[in-house]
Amino acid sequence: MNQLASPCHYRTQLIGFIHMRRTRVDKVNAELVTLTYGTLVAQLCQDYDSNYQDVNKQLDKMGYNIGMRLIEDFLAKSGVGRCANFRETADMIAKVGFKIFLNVTPTVTNWTSDNTQFSLIFEENPLADFVELPDDGRAQDELWFSNILCGVLRGSLEMVQMQIEAHFVSDVLRGDDTTEMRVSLVRYIEDEMPPEEE
Amino acid sequence: MAAPPRHATMLSISNGGTAQGTDRPQTQQAHQQVQTQSQSPGLRVPSNRKTIYDRHLNRSRNAELSRASFAFIFGEMVTYAQRRVTGIQDLEKRLNEQGYPLGLRLLDLLFYRSTSTSTSALTSSSSTSSSPPNRPLRIITLLHLIHGPLWRLLFGRAADALEHSVSPDTPNEYMITDNDPMVNTYISAPRDMSMLNCAAYVAGIIEGVCDGCGFETKVSAHNQPTDLWPSRTVFLVRFGSAVMEREKVLERAGVK
Repeated sequence: MNQLASPCHYRTQLIGFIHMRRTRVDKVNAELVTLTYGTLVAQLCQDYDSNYQDVNKQLDKMGYNIGMRLIEDFLAKSGVGRCANFRETADMIAKVGFKIFLNVTPTVTNWTSDNTQFSLIFEENPLADFVELPDDGRAQDELWFSNILCGVLRGSLEMVQMQIEAHFVSDVLRGDDTTEMRVSLVRYIEDEMPPEEE
Repeated sequence: MAAPPRHATMLSISNGGTAQGTDRPQTQQAHQQVQTQSQSPGLRVPSNRKTIYDRHLNRSRNAELSRASFAFIFGEMVTYAQRRVTGIQDLEKRLNEQGYPLGLRLLDLLFYRSTSTSTSALTSSSSTSSSPPNRPLRIITLLHLIHGPLWRLLFGRAADALEHSVSPDTPNEYMITDNDPMVNTYISAPRDMSMLNCAAYVAGIIEGVCDGCGFETKVSAHNQPTDLWPSRTVFLVRFGSAVMEREKVLERAGVK
């Protein structure tokens, strides 16, 4: 049952990769993506009775599911190798990852001195194009419309041995001047051998 | 409403909400100035005015995104919908409902763009009316709009066929065929759900377009594979009886 909606069913995935490496990245009308994401968020708001905390959580969860699959797609399309450190990872996310999948390049900034936390500042955000949050006096304080992106980062980085935490700290949809996501490295996940193997 | 017909309005669950006075961004004056112009006085807007009212609607007209992004989002949408339903029909109904609001918005967008660029593809069978926005009055015009411009806007090409039911019992049924629906490219259904067609989402979009035009319709997506096109999908468009009656009147009156 789980395979039903999997956008990268294993077999098509493999075939797809070969195809993608040879040709350019397949494109689709950006408005279709924007509107599809919009209708998804609207549906969640409806299903969760405008409990925006729950909507945020659900979006994050969906993003996590996406991230776990997206990382393979990313590695195949970009052909990049392992990053030497977290700063390199951040650049890779912003300049390659977001470029491939959302055709934007957020700015990496506000590093902490120990190089474990940074911010992504989004000049453009295709997911939030044409969006206005509900004028119910709560959505602008509680809903992170693009929260799926946090989950995507969390899921995809986990697959390459990085446990991170990501959350939005500001969003133009809320009336802020910038859209900013804060990303923190929690730890590098050590390769763990299955216990039964010697 | 002057606002762009987007899911923004769809999200607006209640509009008479309490205006918030607290927690405003820095530049009060700019903020208030914008407020007077904006549709919803309760919403805060950024001081650099990056709101939907300030940005051109055609900005994203030719913008493209990775097809994978669409597939991922759509896939999550289907998975999510699947968890909350009991059967295939239920699931398709839900996908249909999610597509519907897109149709309403895309319709306005199509008309806006076809009039603002004058290279109107819609006017091929236009009425004698002189007003530029040529909303379809007849079924065939509407279906051509869906088959051509709508499909091109969404998928970058026209649909593959448009047919009318040959059965005398069902003159209200039309079929739009897509040999290889993009939305199904990355969806694989388990064997016990082989009837499922996630293009029900697109059926919802079509339904939204028709309803927005004043044609009450039910649209459903059906698998009709051929050897050459394994994921060929037929969208069955069934117009309501009121629409058919009006169609007869318009035909007698010679309206095209």
